[in-house]
Amino acid sequence: MKKGRFSILEHELVPKHEIPEGREVAELLDKYKLQKEQLPKIKKSDPVIKEIKAKVGDVVRITRRSRTAGKSLSYRLVIE
Amino acid sequence: MELKIVAGEKEEVTEELKKVGLEEGIAERIKEDFLPAELTVTLEDLLEVPIEGAYAEDIILMLGREEKGEVKLGDIELKVNKSELSDRIKEELKKKLKAVRTKLTREKLDDIMERVVERYEKAKVEPREAVGIVAAQSIGEPGTQMTMRTFHYAGVGAIYITLGLPRIIEIVDARKKLSTPTMKIKLLEEYVIERNKAEELAMEIEETHIRDIGKIEVSAADMSVWLSLNEKRLEERYIKREEVEEKIRGIGTDVLVEVMEDRKLRIQRKKQSYHELLRLEEKVSNTLVKGIEGIRRVLVRREPTEGYVLYTEGSELKKVLRIEGVDSTRTTTNNIAEIAEILGIEAARNAIIEEMMSTLEEQGLDVDARHITLIADAMTMDGEVKQIGRHGIAGGKASVLSRAAFEVTVDNLLEAAIYGEKDELRGVTENVIVGQPIKLGTGAVELVMGE
Repeated sequence: MKKGRFSILEHELVPKHEIPEGREVAELLDKYKLQKEQLPKIKKSDPVIKEIKAKVGDVVRITRRSRTAGKSLSYRLVIE
Repeated sequence: MELKIVAGEKEEVTEELKKVGLEEGIAERIKEDFLPAELTVTLEDLLEVPIEGAYAEDIILMLGREEKGEVKLGDIELKVNKSELSDRIKEELKKKLKAVRTKLTREKLDDIMERVVERYEKAKVEPREAVGIVAAQSIGEPGTQMTMRTFHYAGVGAIYITLGLPRIIEIVDARKKLSTPTMKIKLLEEYVIERNKAEELAMEIEETHIRDIGKIEVSAADMSVWLSLNEKRLEERYIKREEVEEKIRGIGTDVLVEVMEDRKLRIQRKKQSYHELLRLEEKVSNTLVKGIEGIRRVLVRREPTEGYVLYTEGSELKKVLRIEGVDSTRTTTNNIAEIAEILGIEAARNAIIEEMMSTLEEQGLDVDARHITLIADAMTMDGEVKQIGRHGIAGGKASVLSRAAFEVTVDNLLEAAIYGEKDELRGVTENVIVGQPIKLGTGAVELVMGE
């Protein structure tokens, strides 16, 4: 009765995580006058980060489903 | 305000609506009801600001047909998509506008769009607004109305689930050990429709120890453990005798299992002492024959919309997701720490929101999702689920004065004096104490006169 693999990325609780282009991150930081370190964090050991193979220092873009806005974008910095 | 419309026009509107491809239900409702009234009422909800009488009348006036110039479906799409509204409001607005398209003119469409956007912008939170305190109060107040009672049935068959205030506290405290961990296991394909299949799967998941399927006796006379298996239980749980024997042999390499004529099992160990014998009995009794350790009970229920669903007592997300027949994309647990570990921090954030909203809803309390979202964001900001304790999220606050204002004033001040601490007067409490404007809202910006 065992099935070998399943992908956590397909789980309904897991929103889409992507590694955006460097330019997008630069624009984001410039728009809100932020340092990278001021973004919310996500750990290197996070199961989703392992799946999408992001590295420490990368910024990941998260496309959330929002109850009020329908869709919203959020960013997290990958940390150790 | 008096709202009237002639019967003939109503019919016409309904036909038009159906042509546009609007769901029949909505078209029917518009026929029976009064459309502009509904529109204004809905817009009012949408924008979360009360509509004054004059504004409602404006919209109704706009719905009149005096002016020429037809508005096409594409115009609505284009105008709405171009606006700065959020996706959900765009969808809703498009639907509403399409429903009254024939009554619109370009100018009126522009006017409506302008007003909707204006209201939307007004509904947004102002920069430097103290959203945190608003969220805290918005959850704190309904919290006083919640039950203190810990348990509640989840239907017949009764799996206990912590609800109400204790559950909210559990979530906010980010407890790793829950008082009532439970899973909702969604199934795939034939398991959803067939009760037998669902039940078989339930048995595959529910933990079964040897003690659950037979009687164990210790005999000091022949230094062995005797096990008589209950035939009915074995059948119920789809377990074969050989499987049980196999599991017992698995306890250790020196374990001997003999099947006697009356089908009893005689279990012995090479090392023979009374102490060893008792230990062997315990080991045999606790041996897992089937299922997942930690899932104490599985309940099969048929949900009106979802078909058969399994509810469990105990939670083991990782192992359950691997089982064939389980929908690994929609199966969840109420244990947020487990979700964070297996599905990641973003999933945990979603789970916090879902769990809190459903707990509040169950109590009949209506709290705006954005307050809960803020809490979930604050809890998951550092990449792990942090608890909101009595001292906030991070633990101790930086400011001496705010710490002193909170508890044990003298101790805090004395200690700060000993270490020569400084207070930067950045927070709200400190500034209130010294009588300065707080750094919130208009107090947060400094203005310099231009030339």
